[in-house]
Formats: sequence, structure tokens, C-alpha cells
Amino acid sequence: MSAFLDVADVSVSYGKLNAVRDISFSLDQAQIVTIIGPNGAGKTTLLKALVGGLPSTGKVAFEGHDISRLEPEERAECGIFLVPETRALFADMSVYDNLILGGYIRWRDRAGIAHDLDQVFGLFPRLAERRTQQAATLSGGERQMLALGRALMGRPKLLMLDEPSLGLAPIVVREIFKIIAGLRSHGVTILLIEQNARAALETADVGYVLETGEIVHRGEAKALLRDPRVLETYLGGSSQS
Amino acid sequence: MNLDIAILLIEDGLASGAIYVLMALGFVLVFNVTRVIFVPFGDLVSYAALTLASFQLQRTPGTIWLLVTLAALAILLEVLRLYRIGQFARLPRALVVWGVLPLLPVACTLLLDGFALPSYVAIPLTFALILPIGPLLYRIVFQPIANAPVLVLLMVSVALHFAVSGLALMYFGPEGMRTTPLVQGAFDLFGIAISASLLLIVGVAAALSIALLLFFRLTLTGKALLATASNREGARLVGIRTATTSAAAFLVAGIIATVAGVLISPMTTIYYDTGLIVGLKGFVGSVAGGFVSYPLAALGGVIIGQVESFSSFYASAFKEAIVFAAVIPVILARWLWASNAHIEEHDEE
Ligand SMILES: Nc1ncnc2c1ncn2[C@@H]1O[C@H](COP(=O)(O)OP(=O)(O)OP(=O)(O)O)[C@@H](O)[C@H]1O
Ligand SMILES: [Mg+2]
Repeated sequence: MSAFLDVADVSVSYGKLNAVRDISFSLDQAQIVTIIGPNGAGKTTLLKALVGGLPSTGKVAFEGHDISRLEPEERAECGIFLVPETRALFADMSVYDNLILGGYIRWRDRAGIAHDLDQVFGLFPRLAERRTQQAATLSGGERQMLALGRALMGRPKLLMLDEPSLGLAPIVVREIFKIIAGLRSHGVTILLIEQNARAALETADVGYVLETGEIVHRGEAKALLRDPRVLETYLGGSSQS
Repeated sequence: MNLDIAILLIEDGLASGAIYVLMALGFVLVFNVTRVIFVPFGDLVSYAALTLASFQLQRTPGTIWLLVTLAALAILLEVLRLYRIGQFARLPRALVVWGVLPLLPVACTLLLDGFALPSYVAIPLTFALILPIGPLLYRIVFQPIANAPVLVLLMVSVALHFAVSGLALMYFGPEGMRTTPLVQGAFDLFGIAISASLLLIVGVAAALSIALLLFFRLTLTGKALLATASNREGARLVGIRTATTSAAAFLVAGIIATVAGVLISPMTTIYYDTGLIVGLKGFVGSVAGGFVSYPLAALGGVIIGQVESFSSFYASAFKEAIVFAAVIPVILARWLWASNAHIEEHDEE
């Protein structure tokens, strides 16, 4: 049986710089997989390539179909959504419009969109209070919530999150990770990039460590949490902390 | 100048101002969604007016040959693209969109060739012939360079204007044409005579502007266009096909240009290159609005109409110069205002 997402020998280069080199891995359905690594390791680059936003070599198969040559909008139609590092919100549009546009690919399903809108507002009550506010005027944390909410409106099968906890208060971070764990129980597969390695590994099933464009460690998330090499570099020392 | 003349000038300015408003909105729309300054926009006004005039003179409008050429080029590009990505299953859809749809009005025109067409046939047929041009130009010229810098897009756009307008000269000849008025007569409003055609122009321009507003506010397609304008990357990530929304922006521009062409063709004699000047004035109106705001662009169009009308009375030889120079103080004022706002922001820190 082929995996849910199969990434084979994917490479991306910016001119002479090989930011991602021959990366291969696979994801099973309803799994949370996290990729951690230092700044500039190529994590964002890898995610961009997986949604088709950057030219790359190698092969990406999703649910058994080769999607390597599809455009980002076509991958969204397959159910692959990315919350990018920049969030890419529609800044001069309202919170409500941003969310509605998140459901663009299933615009025929009006009842479903209305239902999901309620769900997202239930998840993020702050957004419900600000539904007519312009996205540009939201606080950093609210913007993150909106970006995540917009992606959820598309009912993703595979959701890729690029540092969802960036710049968030600790309570909100915990909230976000709870939501991520909750999504898995609804059958959503998640590929998570995080600087907050401990929280990411505690939530995830499988982890990869990326350094200078290559996977240097891989394994079960729980095992990586105890791995001395990972501990020292990414979790800040002793396992007792 | 006495009051009667002033009223006449204001009415004149309102009529042309209404057209400039429409053009200004079109420029802003196309630029926001695609970053293209659509120089051939005005040429489409000429094509629309000359197509309608040709029908009235029972001539075959040369527009059909433009459509045939563009459709052939677009299909060629689609076939190449589908071959490259190995998705031949999508060929039938591409053939319908880029071949059948644009060529349908061409077939109608050829079938009706030589008949005297009443307005209610000639005008819809004019729309059907002009509307595909915008999306076809986008597909052939701008889509392949969609990520190019604004300046490159502008240069290509200027070159495209020369090509499109040169073809208009070839298809319609150098002599001008004027269509028969759609409405006649005048009303009396508190002792001021208002012609029916002024009412028609202002009414249609206002209705179209409101329709555009509702389209963006209420429909998902309209919002998808705004989203493309707001954040292209974000739009693609939620599954909005930016190539389609861009083509849609050009389609809306085509609607605007055709409405403008049909409305002005009874007012003044239209030559193959008249549209450029009409478009440029609309462009000046939209620049006055900073090229991003729709309401300000519309206001700019109204003002340009009045400036033009009054300068044609006082200094008709310098009419165009005054209109185009009028934008300089506006830009200066905007710039001063913007930098003041900037300084105030810094003061607050
Ligand atoms: N558009 C670009 N042009 C050239 N080099 C780039 C470009 N984008 C990224 N890079 C380089 O590619 C490398 C990988 O960048 P990437 O953004 O993928 O890192 P990252 O792992 O996401 O880092 P961070 O944790 O800081 O977000 C970096 O060295 C970066 O400088
Ligand atoms: Mg990154």
C-alpha cells in the first residue's frame, strides 16, 4: 500500500544554493509529522515546494496520485493546504471574507461552509468578535488564528503548518497545539514545522530533523525527545528540564 | 461666460466624465488583480464603437478577424502547455473556453452578414465580439509573463497597444465613424434642459459602477478577484486559480470598454485611435485616486470630465494639455498629504 503522502528525492535550489537536497519521507493518514531544525535549514523551502509554490525536482505523490506537476491551486483542490510562514492573509479584506475564501474550493457546499464557519468561530472566539475587522488590523496572534482558520475552512486532508506558534503567548501556543491534536482525531494529516521543538515532538507521532537541506535524524517523536543528539541541540540540554 | 453656457459645459463634462469614471475603474481593477497597466483598454473602446458602427453601415466588422487570430494563438498556447504538463484530458475544456466561446459570435456575425441589424441585435452582438478580446490578450500575452516586474508588464502592454491599434487601422480604415443616437429628445428640469442621451450615459455609468460594487461585495467570484489583488500567494493556497481570476478581470474590463464604446459612439466621431485618448483620460482619473482606490478613481474621472469641458471653452487649443497637466497638482497634493501622515505617525512614537 502506498503512503498518504510520498515525497521522493525532492530537491530545491535557489541559483547555486541547494536549499533542500534529495529529501525523501512519507506520511500516513491522520498522522502528525513534525520537521524541526535550525534557522535556514530549508524547512520553509520544503513546504513551499510540497504545495507547488517553488520549482523543484523529485516526485510527490498524494493518495497514490503523482502531484509533482500540479499548481498550488490544484493541490488545494486535492485537499492540501499550507499555512505559510508569512500567513499570506488577504490584508485589506475582512476576517469573514478571509474565512469564506478559505472555503473557495467547495463553494457549492453552502451549508457545509456555514457549519465550518461556526466551528472556526467556536475554536477562535476572538475571530468571531472581529468578523468585520480588516485582517491587516488584527494583532499578530489573531492573524495566526485567522490563517489557521482560513486553512481549516478548506477541509484539508493534509494540513501543513509553518511555525504556527511563532510570536504567540504561551497559553495560546498550548491552545494551538491542542487544536492540532484535535484535528488528527478528525482524520486530518498534519505536517508541522516548529522552532518550539519540545511542544512539537510531544504532539507529533513522527519527527524529522533537518539540517542544511538534509534529514539528519528521523524517528518516532517520543524517541527523538529522548535522543541525546536532539536533546542537546534542539531541546536545550538535559531530559529532566 | 453666462450661466447657460456654464450649464452646457457642466452637462458636457458630466457625459464625458461618466465615461472616464468607467475607464478609471477598469484600469484600477485590471492593475490590482494582474499588476498590468492595460494600455490597450482604450483601443477596446474604439473596437466596440467601430464594430457597432460597422453593423449599422451593414459592413462586416474587422473585429471577427482579430478574434479568429487571437483564438488560434490561445489554443496553440494551451495545447503546448497541456502537452508540457501531460494533461491532455483537459484539452476539450480548453478548446471550448479559448476556441468555441470566442468564435461563436464570429459565426453569428458571418451568418447575419449583409442584413440590416436592429439595435437590439447589433448591440448584444457587439458585446459578444468585444468581450473575448480582453481574456484572449491576457492568455496570450500576459499570462506567460505573469510574474514579471510591473515595468516589464507595462512595456509589453504599450507594445500590445501599438499592435492592437495598428490592426484596428487595418480592419476599419483611417476614416472615422459615428453611430446613430440610441435615444433622442430632452427633458426640462427646473428650467434646465437635459438631453436624454446625457441621462442615458450618466445612468448607465452609474448602474455599471454599482453593479461592479455589488459584484465585489456580494459574489464569491468578486471576492476571489479581490483576494487575488490582495495576496496572490494566499489566493493560490486556498485554491483560487489566479490565471482564471486574472482573465476574469480582463473580461470585466472588456464589458466596461464595450459599454463606454457604445455610449460615446453617437456623441463623437470615433477613429481607430480615439480610444487611446479616452483611455488615457480615464487613466489620469485613476492616477488621481492613487491607482488603488475605486471611489477615488471614480471621483478623478468626474473631475477630469469637468476640467476638460471647461478648458475646451476657455482654451480649446490647450484642452488636452490642461487635462493631462491637471494631474500634476493632484499627485503633488497626495504626496504631501501622504508624507505628512507619515511624519505624524513618527511623532506619535
Ligand atoms: N528566495 C530565496 N532566494 C535565495 N535564497 C533563499 C530564498 N529563500 C530562502 N533562501 C535560503 O534558503 C535557505 C533555507 O531557507 P528556509 O526559509 O527554507 O529556512 P527555514 O528552515 O525555514 O528557516 P527558519 O527556521 O529561519 O524559518 C536559507 O539559507 C535561505 O537564506
Ligand atoms: Mg522557515
